[in-house]
Amino acid sequence: MTFVKYGSLVLITIVIIAGLSIPLSMSPKSWLEFPLIPGLEDKARNIFFHVPTAWTAVMAFLTSTYFGIRYLRSKNLDFDLQSVSAAGLGFLFCVLATVTGALWARFNWGSFWNWDPRQTSIFILLLIYGAYFALRSAVESEEKRASLSAVYSILAGLTVPFFIFIMPRMMAGLHPGAQDDPSGKGPLFEGSMMAPNMRILFYVSLLGFTLLFIWLLQLRIRTARLEHLSQQR
Amino acid sequence: MSALVSSSLRGTYALLLKDAQSELRTRYAVNALMMFVITAAVIVQLAIRDEQPSASVLSGLFWVVIFFAAMSGLSRTFVSEEERGTSMTLQLVASSSVVYFGKLCFNIVLTLVMNAAITVLYTVIFPGFTVQTTSTFLLTVFLGSLGLASASTILAAIIAKANTKGTLYPVLAFPILIPLLMTTMRATTRALEGEPFGDAGGEYQVLVSYFMVITAGSYLLFDYVWKD
Amino acid sequence: MKLVLSNITKEFNRRPIFRDISLELDGADSLVITGKNGAGKSTLVKIISGVLSPTRGTVEYRDEQAVLTPDEVRGKIGLVSPYLQLYDEFSAMENLLYLSRIRANSMPIEEESERLLRQFSLWEKRHDYVRTFSSGMKQRLKFVFALLHRPHVLLLDEPTSNLDSEGIKVVQQVVEQQKRHGILIVATNVESEAVWCNKRLHLGGV
Repeated sequence: MTFVKYGSLVLITIVIIAGLSIPLSMSPKSWLEFPLIPGLEDKARNIFFHVPTAWTAVMAFLTSTYFGIRYLRSKNLDFDLQSVSAAGLGFLFCVLATVTGALWARFNWGSFWNWDPRQTSIFILLLIYGAYFALRSAVESEEKRASLSAVYSILAGLTVPFFIFIMPRMMAGLHPGAQDDPSGKGPLFEGSMMAPNMRILFYVSLLGFTLLFIWLLQLRIRTARLEHLSQQR
Repeated sequence: MSALVSSSLRGTYALLLKDAQSELRTRYAVNALMMFVITAAVIVQLAIRDEQPSASVLSGLFWVVIFFAAMSGLSRTFVSEEERGTSMTLQLVASSSVVYFGKLCFNIVLTLVMNAAITVLYTVIFPGFTVQTTSTFLLTVFLGSLGLASASTILAAIIAKANTKGTLYPVLAFPILIPLLMTTMRATTRALEGEPFGDAGGEYQVLVSYFMVITAGSYLLFDYVWKD
Repeated sequence: MKLVLSNITKEFNRRPIFRDISLELDGADSLVITGKNGAGKSTLVKIISGVLSPTRGTVEYRDEQAVLTPDEVRGKIGLVSPYLQLYDEFSAMENLLYLSRIRANSMPIEEESERLLRQFSLWEKRHDYVRTFSSGMKQRLKFVFALLHRPHVLLLDEPTSNLDSEGIKVVQQVVEQQKRHGILIVATNVESEAVWCNKRLHLGGV
């Protein structure tokens, strides 16, 4: 656990420092220069923070559903506690991803919200988290609450493939990698649009946020367990 | 094995008949549904007046009314059993799968009736609501009703066990139903604009697979919801 | 048929209602479950009938060929409980008819329902809506519903609540019949009912 804790802190610190301080240059010559993309300029740095938060929000949803399934199979309320801890973190990261995305969209695309497929997806993920917590607060019995919310998050998970299939056909995309993207390449971090040094920093950031999520999740689970113990006294 | 299947089928059919008979007698769901549909359609009509809304606006309004009408009526099947204490009686006489499919069939029938009524009402009061490709429209409404009924049924079973039933239902349903509604709206727009039947092929595939995925998932999960 | 409970524990909100209940009943046995309010009598009855799952432990019905769960012997269990209600908007006869159709075992119910409705003095009222019934009449109708498919296992939770002395007499007849026919389980605190049974389980809280 100490590895996860210090690992996430070190990695994210590196990302913050390097991501914000490495200069941009029209023709990068060394590893310590990022390419300057006209029209994007310093706003490109957002990718080190925005994408990993969205990634964490999705990962938290999967984690929460996974523990929900384990609860249904075992009826052990500790799994429900882990599931709801993951969902709480997921909600937080989902809000962060929405806000960082909206701010960035304001300055790059001109308005906070454009109903681009990925914006719509993150909005729906927010709605799912909202509904999940609304459902939990409406059920009194802990056992029933656990199984109902697990069932709901599985159902919500079942609709994800439809979004992936429908969204790009339904609405014009602004994110890189959308169907009508003229460059015709995949998402930013897959194609050749990102310089190798940016890509490395980007992956470091993904790893850092993943470790941060694991660390925070462990913290939340431990405090939640302690709360339950103290309530039972 | 086949004896078990046939008795399950008979049980499911008997539950459907029981619910239909109960609905005919009490009219809980139908009354709420019809009043909602009429009210909503009249409000929309008052707002639009002489404007000529585009096909996509009309199809959006069409499915908005369907969504909220479903939210006002389709939870009845489970909520009434739970409120009156008859859910235990059902648990005693029928397996979870019989209950699930019986309720699903009832909600499908109810949704089809409701959507037929909404279609007639829209055609009568909105001059602009003229379906150019009838086959696309009918198939979309039919497949959309199946998917809507399927998602509504499992969610109704969930909220029947919660405290704040009425407000929770649309909150839970909306994220689950967005892919369905997006698809039906798009296909309905095609039908209103007169695109040929085959153009909406992708939409039909989505609607059919949505219904099958949600129904299969609900069938597997229903036991955890239905049993305490 | 034999009923075997092994280490049944039920928790609500993480608090155990009862813990590790194990017992065996065979065809000749009858069991009374006693205990204070809140000790879990109704909960245990619901678990045995299969409408509630235990937090831990298993309920099994065993016969010569197989070990079955409550779900699989649904057709052989009869339950009378204050938590179980019949449909208000249907008549007594419709309730019996619809419920036995949903049950879908092919046993014809006409003769048996007439016999039971007469036994419980409801025959004259069979076409009245259940919502017009008094609570005692509803209780009698629950007995008819529970007995209609001739259950091997009859579970009675507070069987004589709301019943007049005449009704109680009929219940006694039913109990005597059931003891010859299969397993009987009664949850009650009334001593005159507890003596119907040859075994006793006292739930004392945990």
